[in-house]
Amino acid sequence: MPKIQTIPKTENPQETDRPTVLVTGAAGVLAQESINRLSQKYNVIAIDFRRAVQIGEDIPSYKVDFLKRGFEDIFRLHKIDTVIHLGRVGTDVGGSHFRHNANVRGTQKLFDLCVKYEVGQVMVLSSFFVYGASAYNPALLDEETPLKASDLSLNLIDTVELDNLSQIYMYKHRKVRMKILRPCNVAGPGVRNNIGRLLSRKVVPVLWGFNPVMQFIHVSDMADAIVKACAKPSIYGIFNIAPNDWVPYKEVLRRCDILGVPMVSIPDALPMWISRMAGWQAFPSYLVNYFKYPVIIDGSRFAKAFNFTPKRSLDELFIHYREMKARRWV
Amino acid sequence: MSITSTLLKKAFVSSEIEEVHNRITKEVGSFGYDAWGYSRDGAAVCLGVFKTLYDHYFRVEAEGLENIPKQGRVLIIANHSGQLPMDGALIGIAIATNPHGPRAPRTMIERFFPMVPFVGNLLNMGGAVIGDPINCLRMLRREECVVVFPEGVRGSGKSFKKRYKLQRFGFGFMHIAMETNTPIIPVGVVGCEETMPSLANIKPLANLLGLPYVPIAIPFPLPSKVYLNFGKPLQFEGEVEKEKQVIENVEVVKDAIRGLIDKGLAQKSGWFFS
Repeated sequence: MPKIQTIPKTENPQETDRPTVLVTGAAGVLAQESINRLSQKYNVIAIDFRRAVQIGEDIPSYKVDFLKRGFEDIFRLHKIDTVIHLGRVGTDVGGSHFRHNANVRGTQKLFDLCVKYEVGQVMVLSSFFVYGASAYNPALLDEETPLKASDLSLNLIDTVELDNLSQIYMYKHRKVRMKILRPCNVAGPGVRNNIGRLLSRKVVPVLWGFNPVMQFIHVSDMADAIVKACAKPSIYGIFNIAPNDWVPYKEVLRRCDILGVPMVSIPDALPMWISRMAGWQAFPSYLVNYFKYPVIIDGSRFAKAFNFTPKRSLDELFIHYREMKARRWV
Repeated sequence: MSITSTLLKKAFVSSEIEEVHNRITKEVGSFGYDAWGYSRDGAAVCLGVFKTLYDHYFRVEAEGLENIPKQGRVLIIANHSGQLPMDGALIGIAIATNPHGPRAPRTMIERFFPMVPFVGNLLNMGGAVIGDPINCLRMLRREECVVVFPEGVRGSGKSFKKRYKLQRFGFGFMHIAMETNTPIIPVGVVGCEETMPSLANIKPLANLLGLPYVPIAIPFPLPSKVYLNFGKPLQFEGEVEKEKQVIENVEVVKDAIRGLIDKGLAQKSGWFFS
């Protein structure tokens, strides 16, 4: 099978009467937590563009490039019922052209294959970043709120484009039941996204005079949310995912045992410039406004549709980061 | 709670204030914050600070507080004046210490405040929120008590010669009141016009600084005695079929506020001390 690496023991997947779920981004913690849960009820296929991930003997795992023709072989080989698209190149990886190819064109190819092979359900992981961080944002942004993130930064354009592309497919191909998930900050053990990296540090910048309230969801709760959503293929649409709990940025730092160093905050362009010059990965210039103005989303639609309530408290999440730092000292 | 919060609370929140504040029922998250940045501890500190100003500096006399429902959605609609939004703070204190049932006031503020370091956060912690109709709608659906100044900067930034003349009202509050079937409590504020009399607005400077106005006025509020008169609830039901209907309803509210301002002016006999 060209361009696809297979793990030998998984060539003969259990194609029983259980539905088959393809999970992208399998090397990520969220995908692995989701796969662990899904594998109890579904045949799971794991794929990632980085490497073939060894998850379990019964789970076929592939390293793929969405834009190569060989990717289609997975759809030829397996009768896939659900695709859970968690794989995305991070906002800080490569240039805009690379991210566009990976996140937008790659996703388009995936969606085209889902249509061609009549996949019944597609779930896409988007982000609350798409709403943009603005001083004028009302609180509890719902799913109908216009997406303004691309006004703020070129680095977030592909994130918004991916979301928009998913919406186009959702309305154009009704047979493919599409769910677009826009979670708040996902954090927890092993999470290596922007906020995960920031919370793992001991010293981070704090914009002088600004302390926005934020939302967090534990990666295990997010995996639970994905599994719950997967179990109801008839429900489709756009869903914010966030707990009904809020905490200001400085309190987060205090709880996670992080020292906040004040940083000049106005005019708007100055902290962005400083961050760019300093090359801070955990506090990148294009996310500076997310640490200045609140972007609070309303997760009630998802909670109601899928009877979802996060099990882990915010404090539990912060204790993880606090203990992680304490362990480093030992 | 951080060390700063603890110190502020110790410095400004007396046992009486804490007792009143504890009577306010308000849904917050596990860290004492709500989605708009309201903080239980922050609101207690704001209450402590402004209650002192309310009692001793502005010597506020509030009447008609029994008209504010003890629970459920309500819109408090008032005239706006005084360059600095002291009227919003004083109405807020009157609501938060209402002997007939204190509530957490959610005052709608100008859109530029969230961009000002410290000020935006402090206002949010005290319960103020950016004046966006979506915020207003969502808070009313959560059964909150929302304070709106439909004149906006037209009211607060007007010069002293236009004092106690109601400026043009926005209609958004009426649309929301009708849509959510929310009672309106009209409020007449008298005394705040004299806290910071403005001769004129330096428009070019305001535009340059991105501010709604820059008044020619003394840089701090004067200790004018303030009268707050809360009116009887006004109810406007049904769906909006014509904009004319909304305009007529807004005029009803304006008339009620005019009446309450006249009542306050009759109570006030001098500029600052009575």
